[in-house]
Amino acid sequence: MELRKVNKMKKFLAFIIVISVITAIVWGSLSSFDYEPTTLMKLKDKYSKKHKPKVDHKKFEVLQAKFGNAREVTKACESCHNLTSAEVMESSHWNWEREEYIQGRGIVYLGKKNAINNFCIGTQGNEQSCAKCHIGLGYDENGQIYTDSTNIDCLVCHDNSETYAKAAGKAGAPEENLDLNLIAQSVGKPKRSNCGVCHFYGGGGNNVKHGALESAMNEPTKEIDIHMAAEGMNLQCIDCHLTENHKISGKLYSFASTCTNRNSCDQCHTNAPHDKDLINSHTLKVSCEACHIPIYAKENSTKLYWDWSTAGRLKDGKPYEEDDSLGNHTYLSIKGSFVWGKNLKPDYVWFNGTASHYLLGDKIENTSQDLVLNQLNGSYKDRESKIVPVKIHIAKQPYDPVNKILIQPKLYAETEGEGAFWKDFNWQKASEIGMKDAGLPFSGKIDFIETKMFWLVNHMVSSKENVVQCNECHTRTDSRLAGLSDFYIPGRDYSKFVDVAGSWLLLLTFLGVASHGTLRIINSRKNKKVKNG
Amino acid sequence: MAKKLVEIYKPFERFWHWMQALLIFFLAFSGFEIHGYYSFFGFENAVTYHNIAAYMLIILILFAIFWHFVTGEWKQYIPTFTNIKAQLNYYLFGIFKNAPHPTKKTVLSKLNPLQKLTYFGLKILVIPVVVTTGLLYMFYRYPTKHGVQSLNIESLETIAILHTIGAFLLLAFIIAHLYLITTGETPSSNLKAMLTGEEEIEE
Repeated sequence: MELRKVNKMKKFLAFIIVISVITAIVWGSLSSFDYEPTTLMKLKDKYSKKHKPKVDHKKFEVLQAKFGNAREVTKACESCHNLTSAEVMESSHWNWEREEYIQGRGIVYLGKKNAINNFCIGTQGNEQSCAKCHIGLGYDENGQIYTDSTNIDCLVCHDNSETYAKAAGKAGAPEENLDLNLIAQSVGKPKRSNCGVCHFYGGGGNNVKHGALESAMNEPTKEIDIHMAAEGMNLQCIDCHLTENHKISGKLYSFASTCTNRNSCDQCHTNAPHDKDLINSHTLKVSCEACHIPIYAKENSTKLYWDWSTAGRLKDGKPYEEDDSLGNHTYLSIKGSFVWGKNLKPDYVWFNGTASHYLLGDKIENTSQDLVLNQLNGSYKDRESKIVPVKIHIAKQPYDPVNKILIQPKLYAETEGEGAFWKDFNWQKASEIGMKDAGLPFSGKIDFIETKMFWLVNHMVSSKENVVQCNECHTRTDSRLAGLSDFYIPGRDYSKFVDVAGSWLLLLTFLGVASHGTLRIINSRKNKKVKNG
Repeated sequence: MAKKLVEIYKPFERFWHWMQALLIFFLAFSGFEIHGYYSFFGFENAVTYHNIAAYMLIILILFAIFWHFVTGEWKQYIPTFTNIKAQLNYYLFGIFKNAPHPTKKTVLSKLNPLQKLTYFGLKILVIPVVVTTGLLYMFYRYPTKHGVQSLNIESLETIAILHTIGAFLLLAFIIAHLYLITTGETPSSNLKAMLTGEEEIEE
C-alpha cells in the first residue's frame, strides 16, 4: 500500500517535470524572435564619425578679395560651383512653392508664396518683411523673386561662422557691416543654426509655430532631443533631412498634400526596432513620434491661440505689448492676443500622409464652425494611416463675411500711411489693399472667424527611458488617445453592457451560492437538533 | 452498503485540474487589469504575463485533450438529460434535508448530469471562444522579417468583447464551482478527492 503510494508520487513528479521541460522549450523557441540588436550600435558608429570637409575655403583666392556686398560673394561661389545655381533655383526654398496634388482639386502650386495660415496670415503684400526668410538676397517690389542667380543667398545656409544675419524688413538682404570674407571662407555644410535661423522663428518669434523646433534645438540637451544633443550624437538637421541637388527631404503639412518625400524614423531605425514584438506590433498603426515625443515645447513656450480680433488697441495713440511671467507676449497691438503653452502633451490624430488645404480665395462653406486650414487625412480604417502627435493652433482671423473668404491683409510697410495694419492699425484699409494685392474681391465688411491648423510634432525626441508609457493610452481615464474614438483600445475601451451584465452575473452567482450555503448550515443545525432532540 | 477507497482522479487529471485552476485565476487577475479595472502589475507587465499564462494554458489544454482521447475519459463529458431533474431537485431541496445524492459517483461516471452539462458547455463553447479570441487578440498584428503584418481584421472590438464575455462566464463558473466543492458526501470530501485522487465510493 505504502509502496504503491510512493510509486504514484514518483510517477506524478516525473510527469510534472516532463510537462515543465516541454513548456519551457516551447516557450523558449516561441519567444526567440530577435531583431538585429546591432542596428542602434551601427547607427551610433556611423554618426559618431566626424565629417571632414574636403576643401578649405580659406585657401581660395577668390574668397580673399574684399567683398562689397553679398551678391559679389554669390558670384565668387558660382565661379567654382558653376552649375549649382540651377539646382537651387529649382528648390522650394527658392521658389516658395511646390507642385502638390490635392485629392478632389487636382494639381496646385502651393507654398509660402501663396498659402494662408493662421499666424501672420500670409506673405502676399508683406514680402518686404517675410522674405527675411527667403534664400534670396531680395524679393522685388512686386513680390517677384529675381531670376538672376546672383540673387541666391548662399551664405544664409552655408555660413559656418555663425556671424551671418539677414536684416529685418529688407526682403532678404543681409545686415550691413558683416565681415563677408570671414563668412565666405567659413562655408560648409549647413548646421542646426543655419536651418534654425528661419525654421525656429516661423510665425514671428521663437517657437511660435512648430512647438518642437526652436532656439533650444541649436544646442539641445539630451532631455530636449536625444539625437541632436550636443553631448550625445550631435546630429545636424541634414543628417536626417537628406539632401540631393539642393533638394532637402521632408516637408511641412501647412503646404504639403501628398505622401511623398517624407522623412521618417525608419530611414535609420527600421519599422520594427524594438526588442519586444508586442511593442513592434504597434508600429503598424502608431507613428514613432506618438510614443517617443511625450512632450514638446520643452524649453520655451509655443503659441496655441492667436486672436487677431483684439489687435489695434492703442495706449496714448501708441501700440503697446503685454507679457506673461515667462516673457511671452500675451498682447501686441500689431497682432492681437495670444495664449502660449510649455511642456505640452501633443494632441493625436490619424494621418496617412495626405492633406487638403484651404487656399486663398476658397469660399468658406460653413462660417459657424472652425475653419480647418490644413486638414490631415486619415482614419483607423485607412490602412495607410498612423496615429501622429500634433500641435493644434487655433486663431481668430479676419474674413470677408459677404464674399465668405479669408482676408489677406496688408500688414507690413516701412512707413505709416501706406495702409499697412502694423503701422496704421486700420483693418479696413489693410484688408482693402491686401486683397487687391492678392487679386481677390473685398466687400468692405470684416469679421473674425476661428481657424485651426495642425502642426505635426516630429522633433524633440526623448530618450527611450522617457517615452510614453503603455498606461498613458491604455487607460480608462485621461487616455492620451481619448480623442480618437473610431477604434477599440484594450484598457481604454469596453462594452458598457457586457461589463454591467458581467458584474451582475458575478454578484448574483456569489449571492446565490452564499445564500445556498447559509441555508445549508441553518438546516444542518436544525436536523442535528431534531436528531439530538 | 460497503464503501471502498478507489482512485477516481488520475495523477494527470489532478495535475491538469490544478494547473488549469492556477492559470485561470492568474489569467483572470491579469486580464481584468488589462481590462482597466485596477493596476497591479502595470499594463505592459500584465499583458506580457497574461500572454505567457495563455500559452501555458493552451499547451495544458492540448495535453488534456490528448489524454482524454487516449484514455477514453472524454466520454465522461457527454451530456445526458436523465436524472437532470433529480439533480436539480437535490440542489434546490434535497440538500437541505440531508437527502442522499441522486446520482452515484463511480469511476466510470464521476460527474453528475449537471456537471456534465456545465463542463460540456465550457469545453465546447466558452473555452474555445476565449482561446480563439485570445489568439486573435495576440496575432491580429504579427511581426515578420520585413516588419509588422496584420490579419484582415477591421476592428478589435468584437474580438475583445467576446473575450471579455468569456472571462465573466469563466469567473462566474469558478465562483459556483468553488462553492459546489462543499456539496460532496462531506463538505471536504470532493476537495480531498481532487488532491489525493482517492475517494470512498459505494461499491
